[in-house]
Amino acid sequence: MASTFLHPGLLVVVAGFALALLRGRVRAAVALVAPVAALGLILAAPEGVAWSGTWLGFEIRPLAYDALSRMFAVVFAIMAFAGALYALNQKSRLELPAAFVYAGSAIGAVLAGDLVTLFVCWELMAVGSTLVIWSGGSGSAYRASMRYLAIHLLGGVLLFAGVAGHVVTTGSTGFERMALDSPAHWLILAGFLINAGAPPLSAWLPDAYPEASWSGMVFLSAFTTKTAVYALLRGFPGTELLVWVGLIMVFYGIVYALLENDMRRILAYSIVNQVGFMVVGIGIGTEMALNGAAAHAFTHIIYKALLLMSAGSVLYATNKRKCTDLGGLFRTMPLTAICGTIGALAISSFPLTSGFVSKSMISQAAGDEHLLWVWLALAAATAGVFLHAGIKFPWFVFFQKDSGLRPNEPPPNMRLAMLLFAALCIGLGIFYQPLYALLPFSTSYLPYTGAHVVVQLELLLFSGLAFFVMLPMLRRTLTITLDTDWLYRWLAPRLARGVETLLEMGGRQIRAVLDGALARVGALVHRHHGRDGLLARTWTTGGMTLWVAILLAAYLLLYYS
Amino acid sequence: MSDHWLARPKTIRWLWRVFVAVLVLTVLAEFFVVHHPHFRVEEVLGFGAWYGFLACAGMIVFAKGLAIFLKRPDTHYEKSERDG
Repeated sequence: MASTFLHPGLLVVVAGFALALLRGRVRAAVALVAPVAALGLILAAPEGVAWSGTWLGFEIRPLAYDALSRMFAVVFAIMAFAGALYALNQKSRLELPAAFVYAGSAIGAVLAGDLVTLFVCWELMAVGSTLVIWSGGSGSAYRASMRYLAIHLLGGVLLFAGVAGHVVTTGSTGFERMALDSPAHWLILAGFLINAGAPPLSAWLPDAYPEASWSGMVFLSAFTTKTAVYALLRGFPGTELLVWVGLIMVFYGIVYALLENDMRRILAYSIVNQVGFMVVGIGIGTEMALNGAAAHAFTHIIYKALLLMSAGSVLYATNKRKCTDLGGLFRTMPLTAICGTIGALAISSFPLTSGFVSKSMISQAAGDEHLLWVWLALAAATAGVFLHAGIKFPWFVFFQKDSGLRPNEPPPNMRLAMLLFAALCIGLGIFYQPLYALLPFSTSYLPYTGAHVVVQLELLLFSGLAFFVMLPMLRRTLTITLDTDWLYRWLAPRLARGVETLLEMGGRQIRAVLDGALARVGALVHRHHGRDGLLARTWTTGGMTLWVAILLAAYLLLYYS
Repeated sequence: MSDHWLARPKTIRWLWRVFVAVLVLTVLAEFFVVHHPHFRVEEVLGFGAWYGFLACAGMIVFAKGLAIFLKRPDTHYEKSERDG
């Protein structure tokens, strides 16, 4: 059967390399067919290990399917397809091939049955995603891509050290559930969390992603953080620390997004916020919570991509990205505005959208476990999501004041991609059974109970009331909010420059002292050997004869005494 | 030329009225559904409503407070990074 011979991730990576060489319709056909073929392979493959072997003396299983890995691979393939459709008219010839290498290695990472393969795919993703940011083309995109790469290489080093330690102590390369009982496992967790956008290094995400092109960020939003969610789901379910890490991410995302002016940075902070919900679910660790985290990753990829497609369309049409420059675009971009609003409703987990059927499982799990404070925090955060992404994004971009801009809707391929994902956001919200069937644990959870719908509507609608009542406090300004990237973007260069100055000053001092000492030695030599020095004078013949006579007399005296 | 119908003050006034009516209806809807609360706080009338509003107000105020210390012009990093 083809599904056991062919690796869907590898297929997408190879298609990416082919895209670099192809032109025109053939290129478009390859870009659209490869992800669909990969999706077919993923759905057709039986559970179990399809590829296994040894590499560098390690047992590896580069292709292994179970319910969890299949679920993530499915949504990655869907994302690659919609992203390719959206990016067909992208002028950059680097971006789509890079995005395919990135998407393919993400599929490879979730289908990896061992830590060695996982690590290789993990690093390949870092390369692919860096190239996607790089192909944004601007100077700031290049600088951001280098910062992004530095953080991900750091994460890769931590992961590598952890995997090496794990393999040495256990003798197994298998990717199984791990406990935080050894430095190696802490290192693996740190490597995973860096990619998930967890504090204290979460700043890489809002720093780098919004520098990508209008289509680049659509790809970026999907794979890195969700591969990390998958890795945490498999490696560290039920690790209590993750509940608290996740809650910090949730509120960090909301607060920073509330203060942000750049529309795509708002959505970038909101990725951290959403991944925070998933990390909380993984930390709770019950079947309901893990199902919720997995389902939320699935639906989040789709609605976040939809939001970024609508933001990308605005960027494409207006070349503007700041809320202060935008507004009133619903007049000439109604379809983009509607699709963006559907994405905004889905991220807010409005009933009848995909976010509702996934996020509610995480809250339900917190309730079932009687974690009152976690449950209250999640409820507050649910209202906060509507505030920072659900209303703020569409309001400031498509409504608020009339900016005077009258841009046209984007080209048909971009509209089609948005319509596809908008349909999925609503479709999965109503017909959620196929999504639940993909979950790692079988469930009979019913999201649509009367009480649940009413409380959710109350939370969201009164959050909306708070937004409009407090609108003056949310007025956009031309500002950013300092984040931990300040440490390496502002403080570290200045520290380095300071140290450099100190070294230079110290060097100058040492040189001055040395120069002084050398000058004194020189003067001494000069005094004795210089033109008038004692040892350099021209002596008279008589004087010389006298000295020789004295020497001979001394010799005679010494000889006979 | 008059503005888009959605942007007219009259429409916006109507939208506010509808919004407030919907808010009231959602709270009233609590009386018509079966509750199975996990926590006692859920039993308080309009829990989602007042909790959602207060949580959002709190987050906005907290964000504004944080902004006092952490807000910078959006050109903050540009100069040094272009030169460096």
